[in-house]
Amino acid sequence: MLPVVFAASFALAQGGADRAGADKRRSGYQDMGAALQKMQDDDSANPGMLFVQLGQQLWSKPAGAANKACADCHSIADMKGVAARYPAMLKDGDKPIDLEGRIRLCRTANQQAGPFAPESRDLLPLLAFVANQSRGMPIAPPDDARLTPFREQGTAIWARRQGQLNLSCAICHDDNAGKKLAGVTIPEAHPTGYPIYRLEWQALGSLKRRLRNCLVGVRAEAYPYEAFEYVALEVFLMDRAKGMIFESPGVRP
Amino acid sequence: MKDIPVIPRAKPEGPLRPHERSLAALGMTPRVNRRAFIAGALVSVLPLATARATPEAMAAAIKEVVGDNAIREGRVTLDLPPLIENGNAVPLTVSVESPMSEADHVKAIHVFNEKNPQPHVFDARLGPRNGKAVIATRIKLGDSQKIVAIAETSKGEFFSASADVIVTLAACLEDLT
Amino acid sequence: MTQVLINAPKTAKKGEVIELKALILHPMETGFRPGTNGRIIPRNIIERFTASWNGNEILRMDLSPAIAANPFVSFFAVATESGKITFRWTGDEGFAVEESVAIDVA
Repeated sequence: MLPVVFAASFALAQGGADRAGADKRRSGYQDMGAALQKMQDDDSANPGMLFVQLGQQLWSKPAGAANKACADCHSIADMKGVAARYPAMLKDGDKPIDLEGRIRLCRTANQQAGPFAPESRDLLPLLAFVANQSRGMPIAPPDDARLTPFREQGTAIWARRQGQLNLSCAICHDDNAGKKLAGVTIPEAHPTGYPIYRLEWQALGSLKRRLRNCLVGVRAEAYPYEAFEYVALEVFLMDRAKGMIFESPGVRP
Repeated sequence: MKDIPVIPRAKPEGPLRPHERSLAALGMTPRVNRRAFIAGALVSVLPLATARATPEAMAAAIKEVVGDNAIREGRVTLDLPPLIENGNAVPLTVSVESPMSEADHVKAIHVFNEKNPQPHVFDARLGPRNGKAVIATRIKLGDSQKIVAIAETSKGEFFSASADVIVTLAACLEDLT
Repeated sequence: MTQVLINAPKTAKKGEVIELKALILHPMETGFRPGTNGRIIPRNIIERFTASWNGNEILRMDLSPAIAANPFVSFFAVATESGKITFRWTGDEGFAVEESVAIDVA
């Protein structure tokens, strides 16, 4: 029952804002066909939910020298709203950290366990589980002045032409969103569904993985996984998508 | 299409599954024991071109199921999106009108394709315990093509429906390295 | 670790036709894809999915490489009596997973 209720209210929230004339932004969900939208809305059919379930199990599994599980320090209710307000600055940090990085930090600093590799089989389900707790909530980047220079860095990357095709993100996703590229509608590229189950990957993946696909798409060399550029871009993208409803785990082609 | 060597995996014993019989008919050996595998791998390089299913291969696979019986229109609904954003996971539903009683029920649903490397998609065995003859799943389609669903009833009748679908691809893909 | 998501009602009226959905984590590697080194990635698929109600088979499905990764199946069953609905997946590389759900039929 709940997935049906969620689907109805989600579609209403995204579309309703459209009708009111106030918010014309479109999530990638709205650019998909009805069959794929149905796949995302049905928790028993959405392949991303397999990873959310795996993440829920990992949440309670003690790890590391500290022999602590996530559940030992955090309640699941604590996680509500977290994914919707990342990337964020750590209390005494000098750079924002994304949700993936925050989980990896907890793993090494608090659990005292070996680090998670990026996009690894243990990290992605945890990311999916935490992100899922923010489903249905509006994207709400923190009102933190310290984020400003990093948001500006992300804005600059977005606007900069890159790669052999000499395209910037903005050219496709701002100027030409809604038009077709190779038979497919160009989305506005809001990070409303991450981590997503991308049909192309036949697996769940993070925003980083998707951004790397974009860079390959313009025939640029993708920044290494640990590069800060991805976090700066995400700070920009989450601000650009402020107020849009978080859908994780999304299904995308 | 480049000729890519298709090196069959060593596999356990047992009767060939439907999709493996089709592969065998197309000239591929779906099962090879370890010794033959090592000896043969260096010598046999099967061009991928012959492993492509064709409308003829689909017709042959259908004939294997239906035999000389007539295939009638109606009763079967094949639900597929006409335009598919990504061929990796295409939602498909087959529904067949049937009382699903002991005397008159759908006993099997077979789905075929005409352009994937082999013509089978799935074969499902049903019975009166299902109440409704409906199967939904997600399939892989390598190209725009025709999909055919055939329902076999307990009375020995065959009904079919087909759909032509267009498969597109997402624009920005993975670099496998 | 559970790699299966089953959606089945916990209760049903006798004779009611209920929908059952099952989703399982599995790469469904077709055996036709070349990997990064140009060599074909070996086939690794689920070949058979069965469902039974208190031991009576209600669905048997032979899957091919044309079934998408992380296979999803949805089908129907008549609620006959209370008990266990068991789902079983078998395939390449000795893959064998079984999951059951309890159902109360009044």
